[in-house]
Amino acid sequence: MIYREAGQFKTTYAADQAIFPIVQDRVMAALGVAAAFVVPPLVADEYWLQAVLIPFLIYALAAIGLNVLTGYAGQLSLGTGGFMAVGGYAAFKLTSALPQLSILFVFVLSGLVAAVEGLLFGIPSLRIKGFYLAVATLAAQFFLIWLFNKVGWFTNYASSGTITAPPRTVLGVMVTGPTASAPVRYLVALGFVAVLALATKNLVRGRIGRSWMAIRDRDIAAEIIGVRPLRAKLLAFGISSFYCGVAGAEYVFLYLGSAETLAFDINVSFLVLFMIIIGGLGSVLGSFLGAAFIVLIPILLTNAPHALGMTMPVALQKQLEVMVFGGLIIFFLIVEPNGLARLWQITKEKLRLWPFPH
Amino acid sequence: MTEALYALLVGPFKDMGSSPAFFAEVLIGGIFAGLMYSLVALGFVLIFKASGVFNFAQGVMVLFAALTLVGLMERGMPVALALAITAGVMILLALLIERIVLRPLVNQAQIILFMATIGLNFFLEGFGEMLWGSNVKRLDVGIPDTSFKVAGVLINRLELTAAITAAVLVSILAIFFQRTRIGRALRAVADDHEAALSIGIPLKTIWVVVWSVAGLVAIVAGIMWGAKSGVQFSLSLVALKALPVLILGGFTSVPGAVVGGLIIGMGEKLGEVYWGPLVGGAIENWFAYVLALVFLLFRPQGLFGERIIERV
Repeated sequence: MIYREAGQFKTTYAADQAIFPIVQDRVMAALGVAAAFVVPPLVADEYWLQAVLIPFLIYALAAIGLNVLTGYAGQLSLGTGGFMAVGGYAAFKLTSALPQLSILFVFVLSGLVAAVEGLLFGIPSLRIKGFYLAVATLAAQFFLIWLFNKVGWFTNYASSGTITAPPRTVLGVMVTGPTASAPVRYLVALGFVAVLALATKNLVRGRIGRSWMAIRDRDIAAEIIGVRPLRAKLLAFGISSFYCGVAGAEYVFLYLGSAETLAFDINVSFLVLFMIIIGGLGSVLGSFLGAAFIVLIPILLTNAPHALGMTMPVALQKQLEVMVFGGLIIFFLIVEPNGLARLWQITKEKLRLWPFPH
Repeated sequence: MTEALYALLVGPFKDMGSSPAFFAEVLIGGIFAGLMYSLVALGFVLIFKASGVFNFAQGVMVLFAALTLVGLMERGMPVALALAITAGVMILLALLIERIVLRPLVNQAQIILFMATIGLNFFLEGFGEMLWGSNVKRLDVGIPDTSFKVAGVLINRLELTAAITAAVLVSILAIFFQRTRIGRALRAVADDHEAALSIGIPLKTIWVVVWSVAGLVAIVAGIMWGAKSGVQFSLSLVALKALPVLILGGFTSVPGAVVGGLIIGMGEKLGEVYWGPLVGGAIENWFAYVLALVFLLFRPQGLFGERIIERV
């Protein structure tokens, strides 16, 4: 009864094509974003921010990036970890070369570096399709990780091979480094995700997004009606890598504090791919839902036996965790192959009819 | 600049020419390594051919088969009995996968099925370790890991056995596909699901059969890899090694898996030995992928893949 669009007449095209055409959606989204900015820094403790919310936001950003490429433009990629690594290492190099440069700007710049590299590795997509392309993007993943491991320049010749986030302030507030407080890091990550998610929403309903979807749905037909595959595909690779690069920079600077190449290995690529598949391909909301799911599940699984009062050996618990994780993924794919975003859509449809479903 | 070019383009070939015996050894090592990759890639090809599923769990199936075999042998079972039981387990696994994972996901997009196999990958990984423990196990198949010399070239007995096994396996599979009734049905399904269904080929049975065959291939691969490097978790990572072999040879071609394996194996070893030192070594991890990528730019469907015909 509350969620109903009756009486909301649209008299302009702008109103009809708004991101949230229904007033209730608009109010809810605005409230949600406002709550995300205000509530957690006040309420959540250090553990929640550090172990759940910050990784959630960063993974959500990476998931949006991959969703642009895979969900909207239909180019399957397994190189997300590599693209994120480029962002992380670029941010490290940039901020150690130019310490006075604002760290927020450094994040954006490292995203751009990742975008350039994404364009480079996107070139094969013009000729290779489907799973062949997916395996080809693994070349990017393995090559980039090897490069960062081998060439000392990327780590400023640190003997341990790790990059560490140096202390940097924005407007006098410590944002990165060991003394930066969790709420500040949370807010920075949230700011980036909010802005970039909004940008994606706008991107995918405009000309560019439509050309991506045309390429995804039937690339030859798209080409015939005048979509330039070279431009559309490379743009998707570039923009997707930009997002992943920013996420990678945040991953090192806001979440881990210091990282080796191991932090960006192939498992990260799979994790982000899981997020967009479970969340929903071609959906920004789905990227968030998927990221939340994948971040929360391991934490739930780790704590579940304890909460149920069971004690078991650590090794057994670890194995059970992996099994349940795999099982849940299969379960979700079977129950709703279109992802959590689709479930949300169905819920909304139901809500509109409630309480008179016939 | 000229020096760098010389080191890149001329030096390695001079090294090859100056000691042919060593070159032959590297090459043979590459061939053997390549055949080992082919063994894993074969499982992928079988499943992709018949059901269009890109089975990421093949690597874990190899691990699972090896773990089961070693676990049974450790409990004092004779080799033959352990092998038979492992084969039974793999067939049972195929049945379960078809019933629980594949059947509800019929007609879904390929990427969904791919993700489901990654889920399966996680599940089997945890399950195998829970059943048999996670410590490194030695698999003794009675072939000594020693070498002998032929015309001045060192040849490893174990690798030679693996090579012969791979060759035999491929021949058996080829006969199975070309000459038997069920093989013909498999090829029909690979060609066109709907047409196969309409002339009365039971799709579900076929899927169980391919997954079982892939499981049996996984046992062979597991034995060979296990004998070489011990049965341990890292065995499941051979799947990642098999992927470039797969795209090089083409997803749908059994001979492609073998030839692709040989090219990747030789390329990888030669690259590592002759060009690796120039860039600091350890290039094995990505070299195969880049090699496959370069090949793909010229033949997007792999060497032996079916020609991609696209219609609007």
